Amino acid sequence: MSNVGIVIVSHSPLVAEGTADMVRQMVGDEVPLAWCGGNGHGGLGTNVEAIMSAIDRAWSEAGVAILVDLGGAETNSEMAVEMIGEPRAQKIIVCNAPIVEGAVMAATEASGGASLKEVVATAHELSPS
Amino acid sequence: MAALNLSRLIAAAADTIAAHAEALTALDQAIGDGDHGLNMKRGFEAVRSEAEAFAAKPLPEALKAIGTKLVMTVGGASGPLFGTLFMALGKEISAAPDRANLTLAFGKAIEAVAARGKSQVGQKTMLDVLQPVHDALLRGKTGAEIADIADAAAEATVPMKALRGRASFLGDRSIGHMDAGARSTALLVRTVAETVGESA
Repeated sequence: MSNVGIVIVSHSPLVAEGTADMVRQMVGDEVPLAWCGGNGHGGLGTNVEAIMSAIDRAWSEAGVAILVDLGGAETNSEMAVEMIGEPRAQKIIVCNAPIVEGAVMAATEASGGASLKEVVATAHELSPS
Repeated sequence: MAALNLSRLIAAAADTIAAHAEALTALDQAIGDGDHGLNMKRGFEAVRSEAEAFAAKPLPEALKAIGTKLVMTVGGASGPLFGTLFMALGKEISAAPDRANLTLAFGKAIEAVAARGKSQVGQKTMLDVLQPVHDALLRGKTGAEIADIADAAAEATVPMKALRGRASFLGDRSIGHMDAGARSTALLVRTVAETVGESA
Protein backbone atom coordinates (compact mmCIF):
# COMPACT_ATOMS: atom_id res chain seq x y z
CA MET A 1 0.00 0.00 0.00
CA SER A 2 1.29 3.45 -0.82
CA ASN A 3 -0.41 5.32 2.04
CA VAL A 4 1.63 6.23 5.13
CA GLY A 5 1.39 3.60 7.87
CA ILE A 6 0.37 4.29 11.47
CA VAL A 7 1.80 2.59 14.55
CA ILE A 8 0.21 3.02 17.99
CA VAL A 9 2.42 2.43 21.05
CA SER A 10 0.84 2.58 24.49
CA HIS A 11 1.90 1.33 27.91
CA SER A 12 -1.45 -0.45 27.97
CA PRO A 13 -2.45 -3.02 25.32
CA LEU A 14 -6.09 -2.06 25.95
CA VAL A 15 -5.42 1.60 25.14
CA ALA A 16 -3.40 0.65 22.06
CA GLU A 17 -6.02 -1.74 20.74
CA GLY A 18 -8.88 0.64 21.52
CA THR A 19 -7.10 3.47 19.73
CA ALA A 20 -6.53 1.18 16.73
CA ASP A 21 -10.26 0.34 16.71
CA MET A 22 -11.10 4.05 16.55
CA VAL A 23 -8.64 4.52 13.69
CA ARG A 24 -10.13 1.58 11.76
CA GLN A 25 -13.61 3.05 12.21
CA MET A 26 -12.41 6.20 10.44
CA VAL A 27 -10.23 4.81 7.67
CA GLY A 28 -11.06 1.11 7.32
CA ASP A 29 -8.26 -0.75 5.60
CA GLU A 30 -6.94 2.20 3.61
CA VAL A 31 -4.01 2.76 5.94
CA PRO A 32 -1.47 0.18 7.13
CA LEU A 33 -2.01 0.05 10.90
CA ALA A 34 -0.39 -1.80 13.79
CA TRP A 35 -0.38 -1.41 17.56
CA CYS A 36 1.51 -2.71 20.54
CA GLY A 37 1.24 -2.20 24.27
CA GLY A 38 2.52 -3.73 27.47
CA ASN A 39 5.99 -4.74 28.61
CA GLY A 40 5.86 -8.19 26.99
CA HIS A 41 5.51 -9.85 30.40
CA GLY A 42 1.86 -9.15 31.09
CA GLY A 43 2.46 -5.78 32.76
CA LEU A 44 2.08 -2.18 31.70
CA GLY A 45 5.03 -0.80 29.75
CA THR A 46 6.49 -0.68 26.28
CA ASN A 47 8.81 -3.08 24.55
CA VAL A 48 11.33 -2.29 21.83
CA GLU A 49 11.00 -5.67 20.12
CA ALA A 50 7.21 -5.33 19.94
CA ILE A 51 7.53 -1.80 18.54
CA MET A 52 9.95 -2.98 15.84
CA SER A 53 7.51 -5.74 14.93
CA ALA A 54 4.58 -3.27 14.78
CA ILE A 55 6.60 -1.02 12.47
CA ASP A 56 7.19 -4.03 10.20
CA ARG A 57 3.47 -4.83 10.13
CA ALA A 58 2.48 -1.24 9.31
CA TRP A 59 5.38 -0.69 6.92
CA SER A 60 4.76 1.46 3.87
CA GLU A 61 7.27 2.81 1.38
CA ALA A 62 5.61 6.18 2.04
CA GLY A 63 6.77 5.92 5.67
CA VAL A 64 5.35 5.25 9.11
CA ALA A 65 4.10 7.68 11.77
CA ILE A 66 4.24 6.45 15.38
CA LEU A 67 1.83 7.73 18.02
CA VAL A 68 2.87 7.21 21.66
CA ASP A 69 1.41 7.87 25.09
CA LEU A 70 3.83 8.52 27.98
CA GLY A 71 7.61 9.16 28.00
CA GLY A 72 8.81 5.55 28.03
CA ALA A 73 6.76 4.84 24.91
CA GLU A 74 8.56 7.70 23.15
CA THR A 75 12.02 6.66 24.35
CA ASN A 76 11.44 3.02 23.41
CA SER A 77 10.00 4.01 20.01
CA GLU A 78 13.03 6.18 19.24
CA MET A 79 15.26 3.27 20.26
CA ALA A 80 13.29 0.93 17.97
CA VAL A 81 13.68 3.31 15.01
CA GLU A 82 17.41 3.52 15.65
CA MET A 83 17.72 -0.26 15.80
CA ILE A 84 15.78 -0.67 12.56
CA GLY A 85 18.44 1.58 11.06
CA GLU A 86 18.79 3.21 7.66
CA PRO A 87 17.44 3.33 5.03
CA ARG A 88 14.05 2.68 6.67
CA ALA A 89 14.70 4.80 9.79
CA GLN A 90 14.51 8.07 7.84
CA LYS A 91 10.95 7.18 6.85
CA ILE A 92 9.75 6.65 10.43
CA ILE A 93 8.72 9.53 12.68
CA VAL A 94 7.65 9.49 16.33
CA CYS A 95 4.90 12.12 16.61
CA ASN A 96 4.51 14.63 19.41
CA ALA A 97 0.75 14.40 19.79
CA PRO A 98 -1.93 12.94 22.07
CA ILE A 99 -2.15 9.25 21.23
CA VAL A 100 -5.87 8.84 20.46
CA GLU A 101 -6.54 12.13 18.70
CA GLY A 102 -3.15 12.01 17.00
CA ALA A 103 -3.67 8.51 15.65
CA VAL A 104 -7.15 9.25 14.31
CA MET A 105 -6.10 12.57 12.72
CA ALA A 106 -2.87 11.18 11.29
CA ALA A 107 -4.62 8.13 9.84
CA THR A 108 -7.36 10.26 8.31
CA GLU A 109 -4.73 12.43 6.65
CA ALA A 110 -2.80 9.33 5.54
CA SER A 111 -5.92 7.76 4.00
CA GLY A 112 -6.07 10.66 1.53
CA GLY A 113 -2.59 9.84 0.25
CA ALA A 114 -0.77 12.59 2.15
CA SER A 115 3.02 12.44 2.55
CA LEU A 116 4.67 11.41 5.81
CA LYS A 117 5.54 15.05 6.46
CA GLU A 118 1.91 16.12 6.04
CA VAL A 119 0.63 13.26 8.20
CA VAL A 120 3.05 14.13 11.01
CA ALA A 121 2.26 17.86 10.75
CA THR A 122 -1.45 17.10 11.14
CA ALA A 123 -0.75 15.16 14.35
CA HIS A 124 1.57 17.85 15.67
CA GLU A 125 -1.11 20.52 15.25
CA LEU A 126 -2.86 18.87 18.20
CA SER A 127 0.04 19.62 20.54
CA PRO A 128 0.47 23.15 21.83
CA SER A 129 4.18 23.95 21.93
CA MET B 1 44.67 -2.55 34.45
CA ALA B 2 44.09 -6.15 35.47
CA ALA B 3 42.25 -8.33 32.98
CA LEU B 4 38.55 -7.80 33.46
CA ASN B 5 36.58 -10.85 34.50
CA LEU B 6 33.36 -9.99 32.74
CA SER B 7 31.38 -13.06 33.84
CA ARG B 8 32.17 -12.25 37.45
CA LEU B 9 31.17 -8.63 36.90
CA ILE B 10 27.86 -9.60 35.25
CA ALA B 11 27.04 -12.01 38.10
CA ALA B 12 27.86 -9.34 40.69
CA ALA B 13 25.72 -6.72 38.90
CA ALA B 14 22.78 -9.12 38.55
CA ASP B 15 23.11 -10.10 42.25
CA THR B 16 23.14 -6.44 43.31
CA ILE B 17 20.07 -5.56 41.25
CA ALA B 18 18.21 -8.67 42.46
CA ALA B 19 19.05 -7.91 46.08
CA HIS B 20 17.77 -4.34 45.75
CA ALA B 21 14.87 -4.93 43.35
CA GLU B 22 12.18 -4.44 45.96
CA ALA B 23 13.80 -1.32 47.38
CA LEU B 24 14.16 0.14 43.86
CA THR B 25 10.54 -0.59 43.13
CA ALA B 26 9.54 1.07 46.41
CA LEU B 27 11.48 4.23 45.40
CA ASP B 28 9.75 4.18 42.02
CA GLN B 29 6.32 3.65 43.61
CA ALA B 30 6.78 6.85 45.59
CA ILE B 31 7.22 9.11 42.54
CA GLY B 32 7.08 6.95 39.40
CA ASP B 33 5.17 4.04 37.94
CA GLY B 34 6.57 1.50 40.40
CA ASP B 35 8.17 -0.97 38.01
CA HIS B 36 11.85 0.00 38.11
CA GLY B 37 13.16 -2.78 40.38
CA LEU B 38 11.28 -5.53 38.60
CA ASN B 39 12.24 -4.22 35.16
CA MET B 40 15.92 -3.90 36.02
CA LYS B 41 15.95 -7.35 37.61
CA ARG B 42 14.40 -8.89 34.50
CA GLY B 43 17.02 -7.20 32.30
CA PHE B 44 20.03 -8.15 34.39
CA GLU B 45 18.82 -11.74 34.81
CA ALA B 46 18.57 -11.92 31.01
CA VAL B 47 22.14 -10.65 30.77
CA ARG B 48 23.24 -13.15 33.44
CA SER B 49 21.67 -16.04 31.52
CA GLU B 50 24.03 -15.31 28.62
CA ALA B 51 27.03 -14.19 30.66
CA GLU B 52 29.39 -16.75 29.17
CA ALA B 53 28.59 -15.68 25.61
CA PHE B 54 29.11 -12.00 26.49
CA ALA B 55 32.37 -12.74 28.33
CA ALA B 56 33.72 -14.60 25.30
CA LYS B 57 33.55 -11.41 23.20
CA PRO B 58 36.10 -8.59 23.17
CA LEU B 59 35.07 -5.92 25.73
CA PRO B 60 33.63 -3.38 23.23
CA GLU B 61 31.44 -6.01 21.52
CA ALA B 62 30.45 -7.49 24.88
CA LEU B 63 29.25 -4.10 26.20
CA LYS B 64 27.29 -3.39 23.01
CA ALA B 65 25.63 -6.82 23.21
CA ILE B 66 24.79 -6.34 26.89
CA GLY B 67 23.27 -2.94 26.07
CA THR B 68 21.14 -4.44 23.31
CA LYS B 69 19.98 -7.21 25.66
CA LEU B 70 18.93 -4.61 28.26
CA VAL B 71 17.05 -2.60 25.63
CA MET B 72 15.14 -5.71 24.61
CA THR B 73 14.34 -7.07 28.06
CA VAL B 74 13.90 -4.26 30.59
CA GLY B 75 10.55 -3.10 29.20
CA GLY B 76 10.40 0.41 30.60
CA ALA B 77 12.13 3.69 29.78
CA SER B 78 15.08 2.35 31.79
CA GLY B 79 15.72 -0.23 29.04
CA PRO B 80 16.77 2.26 26.35
CA LEU B 81 18.52 4.48 28.91
CA PHE B 82 20.70 1.82 30.57
CA GLY B 83 20.99 0.00 27.23
CA THR B 84 22.27 3.17 25.58
CA LEU B 85 24.79 3.63 28.41
CA PHE B 86 26.31 0.19 27.77
CA MET B 87 26.06 0.39 23.97
CA ALA B 88 27.76 3.79 23.88
CA LEU B 89 30.45 2.61 26.32
CA GLY B 90 31.11 -0.33 24.00
CA LYS B 91 31.43 2.00 21.03
CA GLU B 92 34.16 4.10 22.65
CA ILE B 93 36.05 1.74 24.94
CA SER B 94 39.16 -0.17 23.89
CA ALA B 95 39.57 -3.93 24.33
CA ALA B 96 41.92 -3.37 27.30
CA PRO B 97 41.02 0.10 28.58
CA ASP B 98 43.27 2.18 30.82
CA ARG B 99 41.89 4.91 33.08
CA ALA B 100 42.11 7.56 30.35
CA ASN B 101 40.21 5.47 27.82
CA LEU B 102 37.60 4.42 30.38
CA THR B 103 37.06 8.05 31.39
CA LEU B 104 36.71 9.16 27.78
CA ALA B 105 34.31 6.32 26.93
CA PHE B 106 32.26 7.00 30.06
CA GLY B 107 31.96 10.67 29.13
CA LYS B 108 30.69 9.79 25.65
CA ALA B 109 28.26 7.27 27.12
CA ILE B 110 26.81 9.95 29.43
CA GLU B 111 26.26 12.22 26.41
CA ALA B 112 24.44 9.37 24.66
CA VAL B 113 22.18 8.76 27.69
CA ALA B 114 21.43 12.49 27.95
CA ALA B 115 20.47 12.56 24.25
CA ARG B 116 18.32 9.42 24.54
CA GLY B 117 16.45 10.81 27.55
CA LYS B 118 16.45 14.43 26.25
CA SER B 119 17.68 15.29 29.71
CA GLN B 120 20.57 16.94 31.51
CA VAL B 121 22.21 17.05 34.92
CA GLY B 122 20.02 18.52 37.68
CA GLN B 123 16.71 17.01 36.55
CA LYS B 124 16.64 14.20 39.15
CA THR B 125 17.72 11.34 36.89
CA MET B 126 20.51 8.77 36.53
CA LEU B 127 22.59 11.56 34.95
CA ASP B 128 22.91 13.11 38.40
CA VAL B 129 24.97 10.06 39.42
CA LEU B 130 26.76 9.44 36.14
CA GLN B 131 28.20 12.96 35.92
CA PRO B 132 29.84 13.04 39.39
CA VAL B 133 31.24 9.56 38.70
CA HIS B 134 32.78 10.85 35.48
CA ASP B 135 34.24 13.82 37.35
CA ALA B 136 35.72 11.43 39.93
CA LEU B 137 37.26 9.30 37.18
CA LEU B 138 38.82 12.45 35.73
CA ARG B 139 40.22 13.47 39.12
CA GLY B 140 41.88 10.09 39.60
CA LYS B 141 39.73 8.92 42.51
CA THR B 142 40.01 5.30 43.64
CA GLY B 143 37.29 2.72 43.11
CA ALA B 144 36.20 2.93 46.75
CA GLU B 145 36.03 6.73 46.60
CA ILE B 146 34.04 6.59 43.35
CA ALA B 147 31.53 4.17 44.90
CA ASP B 148 30.98 6.58 47.81
CA ILE B 149 30.66 9.55 45.46
CA ALA B 150 27.99 7.64 43.50
CA ASP B 151 26.02 6.88 46.67
CA ALA B 152 26.21 10.51 47.80
CA ALA B 153 25.10 11.65 44.34
CA ALA B 154 22.05 9.38 44.44
CA GLU B 155 21.26 10.72 47.91
CA ALA B 156 21.57 14.25 46.52
CA THR B 157 18.62 13.61 44.17
CA VAL B 158 16.29 13.54 47.22
CA PRO B 159 15.79 17.33 47.48
CA MET B 160 15.70 17.78 43.68
CA LYS B 161 12.51 18.44 41.75
CA ALA B 162 12.04 15.96 38.89
CA LEU B 163 12.01 17.58 35.45
CA ARG B 164 12.09 14.42 33.31
CA GLY B 165 10.32 11.10 33.44
CA ARG B 166 7.12 10.07 35.15
CA ALA B 167 8.17 11.75 38.42
CA SER B 168 8.09 15.14 36.69
CA PHE B 169 4.26 14.88 36.54
CA LEU B 170 4.30 15.28 40.33
CA GLY B 171 6.12 18.61 40.20
CA ASP B 172 7.03 19.76 43.72
CA ARG B 173 5.70 16.51 45.17
CA SER B 174 8.71 14.72 43.65
CA ILE B 175 10.88 16.60 46.16
CA GLY B 176 11.90 14.50 49.18
CA HIS B 177 12.25 11.17 47.38
CA MET B 178 15.34 9.59 45.85
CA ASP B 179 15.24 8.97 42.11
CA ALA B 180 15.10 5.23 41.47
CA GLY B 181 17.28 5.40 38.35
CA ALA B 182 19.93 7.38 40.23
CA ARG B 183 19.86 4.75 42.98
CA SER B 184 20.24 1.80 40.59
CA THR B 185 23.05 3.63 38.80
CA ALA B 186 24.89 4.13 42.11
CA LEU B 187 24.39 0.45 42.96
CA LEU B 188 25.91 -0.58 39.63
CA VAL B 189 28.82 1.86 40.01
CA ARG B 190 29.63 0.41 43.45
CA THR B 191 29.44 -3.13 42.11
CA VAL B 192 31.79 -2.35 39.24
CA ALA B 193 34.19 -0.45 41.52
CA GLU B 194 34.30 -3.25 44.07
CA THR B 195 34.53 -6.06 41.52
CA VAL B 196 37.12 -4.50 39.26
CA GLY B 197 39.01 -2.98 42.19
CA GLU B 198 41.28 -0.02 42.25
CA SER B 199 43.18 -1.15 39.17
CA ALA B 200 40.35 0.38 37.14
